[in-house]
Amino acid sequence: MKDAPGTRDYDWWLLAILATICALGVVEVYSTTHGSSLQGMHMKQVRWLVIGFVLMFALSRLDYHLILDQAPILYLIGLAALVAVLLFGRTHFGAKRWIPIPALGELVQVSELVKLIIIIVLARFFAEVRSDQLDLRDLIKAGLLVGVPLVLILKQPDLGTALVLMPMLVVGAFLAGLQWQHAAAFSLVGIMLVGAVFYPPVSRRILKPYQRERITSFLHPEEDAKGAGYQLLQSKIAVGSGGFWGKGFRNGSQNQLGYIPVRYSDFIMSAWAEEQGFKGVLLALGLYMALLLRLVQNAQRAKDRAGMFLVMGVAAALGFHVLVNVAMVIGAMPVTGIPLPLMSYGGSATLFVFLAIGLVMNVRLRRFVN
Amino acid sequence: MSYWFRNDNRLPQGRLAVAAYIIVGMIGVLLLGFWKLQVIDADKYSSMAERNRVRYIPVIAPRGRMLDRDGRVLVDNRPAFSVLLLRDEPALVEKYLPGIADGLGIPLDDLRDQLANTKNLPKFQPIIIKPDASRADIDFIESHRSDIPVLEMIPVSRRRYLPGGFLAHAAGYVGEVSEQQIEASNGKLRPGDFAGKTGLEHQYNDLLQGTDGMRRVVVNSVGKEVERLATQEAIPGKQIQLTIDYDLQQIAEQSLGPRPGAAVALDPRTGEVLAMVSHPALDPNEFAVRISGEDWKSLNEDPQHPLLNRAIQAQLAPGSVFKIVTATAMLEDKVPPENFTTFCPGYASFYGRQFKCYIYGKGSHGVAGLHKAILESCDIFFYNVGMRLGIDRLSYYAGKFGLGHKTGIDLPAEEPGLMPSAEWAERVYHRKWYAGETISVAIGQGAVITTPLQLARMISGIAMGGVFKQPHLLKDAPNVGEERFALSEPTVEKITDAMYGVVNEDGGTARNVRLPGIEVSGKSGTAQVIGYATRERMGKQKKFEDNAWFVGYAPRRNPEIAVAVLVQESGKHGGEAAGPVVKDVIKAYYDKKNKKTQGQYTAETKSDATGKGSAAAAALAPRAALKPENSAAVMRARASAEPQR
Repeated sequence: MKDAPGTRDYDWWLLAILATICALGVVEVYSTTHGSSLQGMHMKQVRWLVIGFVLMFALSRLDYHLILDQAPILYLIGLAALVAVLLFGRTHFGAKRWIPIPALGELVQVSELVKLIIIIVLARFFAEVRSDQLDLRDLIKAGLLVGVPLVLILKQPDLGTALVLMPMLVVGAFLAGLQWQHAAAFSLVGIMLVGAVFYPPVSRRILKPYQRERITSFLHPEEDAKGAGYQLLQSKIAVGSGGFWGKGFRNGSQNQLGYIPVRYSDFIMSAWAEEQGFKGVLLALGLYMALLLRLVQNAQRAKDRAGMFLVMGVAAALGFHVLVNVAMVIGAMPVTGIPLPLMSYGGSATLFVFLAIGLVMNVRLRRFVN
Repeated sequence: MSYWFRNDNRLPQGRLAVAAYIIVGMIGVLLLGFWKLQVIDADKYSSMAERNRVRYIPVIAPRGRMLDRDGRVLVDNRPAFSVLLLRDEPALVEKYLPGIADGLGIPLDDLRDQLANTKNLPKFQPIIIKPDASRADIDFIESHRSDIPVLEMIPVSRRRYLPGGFLAHAAGYVGEVSEQQIEASNGKLRPGDFAGKTGLEHQYNDLLQGTDGMRRVVVNSVGKEVERLATQEAIPGKQIQLTIDYDLQQIAEQSLGPRPGAAVALDPRTGEVLAMVSHPALDPNEFAVRISGEDWKSLNEDPQHPLLNRAIQAQLAPGSVFKIVTATAMLEDKVPPENFTTFCPGYASFYGRQFKCYIYGKGSHGVAGLHKAILESCDIFFYNVGMRLGIDRLSYYAGKFGLGHKTGIDLPAEEPGLMPSAEWAERVYHRKWYAGETISVAIGQGAVITTPLQLARMISGIAMGGVFKQPHLLKDAPNVGEERFALSEPTVEKITDAMYGVVNEDGGTARNVRLPGIEVSGKSGTAQVIGYATRERMGKQKKFEDNAWFVGYAPRRNPEIAVAVLVQESGKHGGEAAGPVVKDVIKAYYDKKNKKTQGQYTAETKSDATGKGSAAAAALAPRAALKPENSAAVMRARASAEPQR
């Protein structure tokens, strides 16, 4: 295997978009935390970004085929880690999501790594499908492959991360030649599942109280004034009061007076929209769109099918993050705890995004290499 | 290792293109969502953000103080905290209400009632749910600042009255406004506000009560004030100076002691009330903030009626004090002629019924003319005079002397008493007046009832020769009412001579009231609560004991002070039970007057004067009494620190 891609082969456009989004994130994290007890958080975020960039470049050097080769082992490691979290994990915010990693001095969320592993495992699985059409047996196999870790993650419980696995499966299956009958059948099942979640007699059996509360507060925000419904309302007030031009940097009352919940993380878009207005939102969402389209372009130019699946797995995960987070900020979706990639403060989530982009770079670097 | 997928380069370009379109569509839909919020509904959310940010906190105006005639503080304020409930977000309020009820010890239903009562107020106006927060309440609020965002505390000033119920009835007390008061206030009062409930607090509420201000502040999400936008300052209430003389009031309070009754001291020349006591009294400090329904009920049902201001609300038979009316009518109308005499064997028969003199069984008054009859309070004489005068003349004179009418004192809920007449019997009972009733009325029994204040005013006016000044408590009051009913000089001379004799001549009923060098005059009264016959039937019971009256004044003509004292259920003769109180007050008045003329008395004692003689000590007493736990000096410092508006 000759593997000597040059620096000119990196996707510099993608990196530029990435860096700009990160910059917006750091600026807004500063705005949301300056002068508070969280002062200096933006510098911590910069540290995570630097680590992320380094890991991204490191991962891009390692031929993705070698990584795909190890997919079964990675899958087992991932499952083992999830089980370990359930057994020994540290409880944080009422959920076991973290295992302490001494070297990093921070807590790393296992489920973020599992997302990455599932992208790799699904790419490997779908690449091995030889026909242009995905038959039902393979579809079910893929479903089981995702289903086992999904159930383990739901056990933590971490609904948000569990949900992210679904678009990876759906996008992978779609590109692997999903047949429309199957799509229709599974959509129906999906709709029924969602319906069940929103239907109290059923949801009472399958959802945790806090999850039910979120759903109730989404449907009836006025009944839950200080809980999740309050959060959504305050977020909408922040976004709406920003208007077209925004209230200005460090000048959003909803943000500065603390009405926006976890404003440096899950609701950072709310703070951004309040202070920068619709024009700022246009910029941010434009950047995300450019990022995602750039990923699709990289998929289109991948050297092989496996690379394409890797890139689109990443695109599916990031796109879903953006959709669910931003829809939540404008009150169109319930609170799920899914951060906005690259803008929200957070170590694990940031590292996941950079590692995922590292995979994309990896594929890109090798598009001409045989 | 060589897997086949390394060389599989079939790429589903069509489906990848679909993915690209989906991405564009997704971002487009999200942007539409932002457009809706940020452009279409921007105004709505801007005002919601503003409501979040800005909070309206009332600034409570301190009430005006009450001073005595020498400027000593009778009623002032102490600092306290009120608990506010912010009602901007009804859902939030609803959610936290049970926790608040629990934490502050307020019944949940009471809170809900209060919320229901304030439904029509603007949402941004918080309501007061606890007017005087305890230490525990303050701790509760401080420790739940972040998780109960609908509570707020504001500094307020609460009333402080002199301890032990001193001047309690006249001063009255404040309480949370009632719904009627809110309606009558034309929007000036809001639920949770404080206003005078009784007494002077009620009478002069408009003066005493200032105008509350409002503070607009920026608060963060946990309710902490971070910036002050605007302040509309509160306008403090006005201070009022009373005609009350602390020294006389104190003597009257002490002298009456724990006995149920009342004492009123007037300056007959001006109508100024120098002292007003009603016992039993409650300490309004104990229920000046909020009284529970149960406590209120038990107060109202207390057989001792501590809430009654007996000085203006006790309507009782005046007994022999009324003989002054009968005597004056007799002299003025010359019916019977002034040299009329009777023989008192202890009883007499009128209209086939036997009427007893109080001396019945103990002796006889012998032959008595007017002077002796007043001195010794012979009933038989006045029965005969009454019979000759008839009820029309009696009720005419009594009415002219103010009986059966309110005196018009500046206190709420004064009672008018009752002076019966033929017209009254016709109007109320639809029957003829029985001539036998006149006999009882002539000695102040029967249907005639009066208040202590009415008697003080009446005796004052007669001793002034027929000039009746309207009693009042506000010093320098404008438009003091005055009624003139000219009495002939010989009549006034004879009546005042007789009243002087009551105290100073042999055989007078109140010789114990005598004061050397002072022309104390007056008339005693011992009023039966029930008739002799009934009393014999019911047996001896405390509540049927006689009421003792004494109305005294000095000097004999054109008096400077008149004091009416009622001691209820004393079982003693008027001069014996009520007389000493009158004596004490008049003595205190002259003592103070003499010291003043000799330059020994200064009410506003400077601190360097303390200990220099009894006058200084006496002047210091009210300050000490006002705040027993602290020194007088502290009290003075506080008083001077407050703005005097």
